[in-house]
Amino acid sequence: MTVTTAPDRPVTGETPLPPDTAESPGHTRPALLMMAPFLVLYLLFVIGPTLYMFLMSLFDTSLVRPGLGSFAGLRNYTEALGDAAFWASMWHTLWFTILTTPPLVILAFLLALMADRVRRGRWFFRLAFFLPYILPSAVVALIWMWMYTPELGLLSRMVTALGFAEPSWLGDPDLAMWSLALTTVWWTLGFNFVLYLAGLQDIPRELYEAASMDGAGPVQQVRRITVPMLSRTTSLVVVLQVIASLKVFDQMYIMTSGGPNFSTRPALEYIYDVSFTDFRVGYASAVSTLFFLLILAVSTVWVVLTRRQEERL
Amino acid sequence: MTTITAPTVTRESVDRRIKLFNATCAGVLIAFAVIWLVPIAWAVDTSIKPNSETTNPTWAIQDPTLESYRTLLSQGSIWNWYASSFITSTLTAAATVLTGSMAAFALSRMRFRFRWLIFWFVLIGIMIPQQALIVAQFREFAALQLLNTYWAVVLPQVPAAIAVFIFKQFFDGVPRDLDEAARVDGAGFFRTYWRVVMPLSRPVVAAVAIFTFVWSWNNLLWPLLVMTNPKLMTIPVGLATVQGTYGIRYADTMASAILGALPLVLLFLFFQRRIVEGIAGTGLKG
Repeated sequence: MTVTTAPDRPVTGETPLPPDTAESPGHTRPALLMMAPFLVLYLLFVIGPTLYMFLMSLFDTSLVRPGLGSFAGLRNYTEALGDAAFWASMWHTLWFTILTTPPLVILAFLLALMADRVRRGRWFFRLAFFLPYILPSAVVALIWMWMYTPELGLLSRMVTALGFAEPSWLGDPDLAMWSLALTTVWWTLGFNFVLYLAGLQDIPRELYEAASMDGAGPVQQVRRITVPMLSRTTSLVVVLQVIASLKVFDQMYIMTSGGPNFSTRPALEYIYDVSFTDFRVGYASAVSTLFFLLILAVSTVWVVLTRRQEERL
Repeated sequence: MTTITAPTVTRESVDRRIKLFNATCAGVLIAFAVIWLVPIAWAVDTSIKPNSETTNPTWAIQDPTLESYRTLLSQGSIWNWYASSFITSTLTAAATVLTGSMAAFALSRMRFRFRWLIFWFVLIGIMIPQQALIVAQFREFAALQLLNTYWAVVLPQVPAAIAVFIFKQFFDGVPRDLDEAARVDGAGFFRTYWRVVMPLSRPVVAAVAIFTFVWSWNNLLWPLLVMTNPKLMTIPVGLATVQGTYGIRYADTMASAILGALPLVLLFLFFQRRIVEGIAGTGLKG
């Protein structure tokens, strides 16, 4: 299978540029000037705070006292790794990612696939699936808390109308994470749906026509043409989704505050709680650093995997 | 063209199967689309009931009323939140597009020492979870005495590494002949960027601007920390802090949710096509 380049980005006919090691005369100063606004803000508000976070993680820094506090060495790290609440929050983050990633990738793919085959009214499907994605998390939380309200909420009524006992959607520790996952799938599916829709539009129609002339049915066409042609889109969607799910915070913060009984408290809310209720910023920085390393590991695995995949293509 | 068809699979039977398949697709899609719209429809339905009627378990409304909307809009704080959200999101989107595209232009078009090092240095920014930096950033803004100002919300959101990455992907695909010609004609780098490359990049500029605006508008955690003054709160922060105060007045709660979402819904309806085109052009799809 060959990789198709997007038709709107011709790369032929270019004059080859001098190799990177050679510094073209007169480029350095204007280049630095053009990058300066971004780089200054980037150093001040992204790299700076990251380094400061590493530094604080080695001290007993407190939110309510200025300065770094007394030196703690690696004590914050050993404490975090020995703390059940830390591992519970990491597990909740992971569990949420496991619950949300497969439906958000597979369902988005299937819906985009179907929308691509429908000739008319594609704008309607784009609207229906993408609309929730642009709602602020606070709005999504308000709507779904109302849906989950005991006795009055729409979902509760539907379940009781079918003759089942009414579940306590957000109040039952075993069910709360599933309820939050359901809300999240509804809310964020649209982004992956649009990414897939854009990928599908790049597949030449002639491939399908040729396949159907050769007697390939629709299911075969999907398996032999669509899925392989979309492999790059899929690997991108998966990693963006995993990273987004690992970073979950808003839904829990508004809908359950991590409850009931801390059963839905993800890593970021743990960091938030430790910093802003216990004021233990040094310890929270150690947890943040561990969490950053986790995301870095996931991203690295993705880069290695996609490199290998591209070599095979 | 000659086609070899297996005896059992004729062209016609395949065509029939594809037609049936497409019809099934349409049916399943419509079902899903309806399910997806139900929560929003339910919220709208609730919001136009009188507060006393929201406990009534049907979609039917006895006396539809805009009372909840009137109450909210006359209270005034929502107007402050709208203003805050508009100012911060617009500034963030404009500054992100400008600084990100300039940096990407340099990385894509200019040759200088350590170019690759700088590019990788920027890429690391995609992997740093901004939410894990909140404490360090909070201390920084406290030290700068910028808490409870628009700067506190805007500045940390502007250096978005993902924007540089998307712009560079796109610029790499813009034919070089055009801007080489402009250079030969004596235009400087900045002029080439502003007059030649940027006008060719409208779809990606639109996509980055729209998505930055939406992400900034919906950002909750950071503005929640730095905007404690109710007058300066953005929409999500305002909604998150007042949701408890309505108690069981579900109609008011739903009306506030709909008012909070309305500007973005309008933005989306207006730019729907641009969003998909933009994604198709950015290389974000992989």
